Amino acid sequence: MTVVPVRREIVVAAPQDRAFDVFARRMGTWWNPLHHILDEELADVVIEPRVGGRWAEVGRSGSEYAWGRVLVWDPPSRVVLIWQLDTQWEFAADLETEVEVRFVRVDDEHTRVELEHRNLEAYGADAAEMRRTLDSPAGWNGLLGRYLDVVG
Amino acid sequence: MKTYHDGLAALGDPTRRAIFELLAEGPTPVGELAALLPVSRPAVSQHLRVLTEAGLVRHRAEGARRLYQLDPAGLAALRGYLDRFWGRALEDFKAAVENEETP
Repeated sequence: MTVVPVRREIVVAAPQDRAFDVFARRMGTWWNPLHHILDEELADVVIEPRVGGRWAEVGRSGSEYAWGRVLVWDPPSRVVLIWQLDTQWEFAADLETEVEVRFVRVDDEHTRVELEHRNLEAYGADAAEMRRTLDSPAGWNGLLGRYLDVVG
Repeated sequence: MKTYHDGLAALGDPTRRAIFELLAEGPTPVGELAALLPVSRPAVSQHLRVLTEAGLVRHRAEGARRLYQLDPAGLAALRGYLDRFWGRALEDFKAAVENEETP
């Protein structure tokens, strides 16, 4: 099943390099503090500024919870992040969706930020994979839980 | 109102998850589902009702029997959720980048 990517864009009153920096280097300054996974207050959101770098939330105690990693790091115009949170907001190593963010210069003081969250089929593809691992009805209940939560 | 979270709640039950998974294979009548699962046919019907109310499953009549199938709205609901999620996130980002002290 193909799922149309989520596409959003917004024009901000900031030059391109600052728009990039606030988004990708200072995500913790604007991320909704209620959107966290650890059982403690959100202290920061870190994106390690390199390909393969980690993307994670940091709790008050300093502990981290991975959300994914950096696929493309191309300041000040583009960043692509791998988002690996399932629909239960749990990290799933085998679930990879992409969040691409492009920063397009409008003029010296304005930047258009285009966000696309794609490969959402992965939530359903997980299903097919899980399906293949099943060999009997008796094995279903336990195995299917995580996948089905993802599909829901 | 059907929401993404209703869908997750409906799938909180292991038997309903098993039914949902079977339906991922294709439209299926109740009797066939009951034969494949360690629960009675009335129980299967009850679970199908919950899944239907959550917007995950729908049915159609084919002759004298009802065929149950997944509602494609399932993944669409997830997409809609992420759409709203990113919409809010970008608004928060806009506010932050425009209010940040220029160095």
